Amino acid sequence: MTNRRKFLQGSGAALIGSAVSSILPGCAGAPELRKPIGRVMIIGAGYGGQTAAKYLRMWSAGSIEVMLVDREPTFISCPMSNLVIGGSRTLAEITRSRNRLKEYGVQLLTDEVTAVDHAKKIVKFKDRYADMGYDRLIVSPGVDLMYEALPGMKSPNAQSQVLHAWKAGPQTVALRKQLESMPGNGVFVISIPLAPYRCPPGPYERVCQVAHYFKQAKPKARIIVLDANENITSKGPLFRAAWNQLYKGMIEYRPNAEVKDVDVRGKTLKTDFDSIKGDVLNVLPPMRAADIARSTGLINANNRWCGVDWLSMESTAVPGVHVLGDATLSAPAMPKSGHLANQHGKLAAAAIIEIMNGRQPNQAPVIANTCYSFVSDKEVIHVSSVHQYDAKQKTLVTVPGAGGVSAQRNEIEGAYGWAWAQNIWSDMLG
Amino acid sequence: MNRTLLLAALFLAAAPLAAQAQSADPNLGRMLASNCANCHGTNGASVGGMPGLAGRPRAEMLQMLREYRDGKRPATIMHQLAKGYSDAQLEAVSAFLSAQKPN
Repeated sequence: MTNRRKFLQGSGAALIGSAVSSILPGCAGAPELRKPIGRVMIIGAGYGGQTAAKYLRMWSAGSIEVMLVDREPTFISCPMSNLVIGGSRTLAEITRSRNRLKEYGVQLLTDEVTAVDHAKKIVKFKDRYADMGYDRLIVSPGVDLMYEALPGMKSPNAQSQVLHAWKAGPQTVALRKQLESMPGNGVFVISIPLAPYRCPPGPYERVCQVAHYFKQAKPKARIIVLDANENITSKGPLFRAAWNQLYKGMIEYRPNAEVKDVDVRGKTLKTDFDSIKGDVLNVLPPMRAADIARSTGLINANNRWCGVDWLSMESTAVPGVHVLGDATLSAPAMPKSGHLANQHGKLAAAAIIEIMNGRQPNQAPVIANTCYSFVSDKEVIHVSSVHQYDAKQKTLVTVPGAGGVSAQRNEIEGAYGWAWAQNIWSDMLG
Repeated sequence: MNRTLLLAALFLAAAPLAAQAQSADPNLGRMLASNCANCHGTNGASVGGMPGLAGRPRAEMLQMLREYRDGKRPATIMHQLAKGYSDAQLEAVSAFLSAQKPN
């Protein structure tokens, strides 16, 4: 199977030497020139994986070799991608290079991992690279979509017509184009799966962004929201206020409306009770930890999510493997957000450094969440929470009295929301 | 300015307390500051749009955090986040960030 053109395994001294001698910008103290104490392989370069990669290098002062694998050569952010659909930002503005991670000594591999041999601690790649060993593995794979729950959506052809746009990239732009091509009096229908799913407020923010676009360009257009949940799952009163005050008469919200099938040709969504026809359909299927988590045996909760030890993010299914981000079985009241995936990455980086140095990880981790949703091109609402480790419950729990939501939508947080993106992208990518 | 210096001087006198708070985990300040980084930049060095925290006087930062926590200082979000941390944690994060280099 091994392709002769595949790169040699990174076992050469030159490769290790180059990683360790790299400059670590922003790091207190010069990197130490010494033999690495081990290698961490990271599968998935999103909010979780990128953060773990940078912080492993920075906090270990270059003593741990880090390889970061992703199918895509550049990073496109899911947070802020609804603004591309609304038209106030471009895809280029939410796309970032990973090249600065090289300055931290992170080795970037553009490829797809096809298999992991847990016993031998070896990763197998699809295209460019030969099998590669590691000491500890991080899997930060995001979610995949459960189209098996929607019979009419199984074919690739159906999936190319009825979009999810829930992974930022080509579908984000394609959905925007569908909206631009829609008749002026057309109907946009979006369906939301039962929680948990990636980014709880995301669908409602998308409704705001589509409404914002319609208000400018197609004031007679309408939006129907089919929500499988019994109510808006995040920032409910704030979203309702925005819908009623900014987009009055445009949005019809239907709770307890779980979409069970899609008639792609007939442009119709089906619930147990209704058939809802639209001009542009946006179906968010149920979600689970991505395929690589399944094929590597990390999914051990409800056949959907990966259980972890919240002291280290180490998998409860496979020792020596750490799982980050949306793929995890969430701790109580912990949303699946990019912000928290970044926090998972730091928690795992700190714990892995301790473990690889023969010490016990910090027994009292604390992480936080901040999520900004744009209800127009300028006004924003937030939700925040702080999660401290509870030794008795053996999980991260929200601190009572801390966290909350915006008092009301406002433009100050519109500026903060975009600044959050710039700073967290820089925090991940250097 | 004088007031800030005075506060800083007073706080230095209380420094052993902060050191004690950190003794449980030598990386406590670093770990906590990484929670700030998502909005305020890695090690508090903001790339813009948010106030940088790196290198700001420790006493000033600690006072601000306590005021946010106690609801004495208006904010969009910091009054909610500051309530999630113990006083020892606020001390440790202020000490760490004050020692960092700004952008």
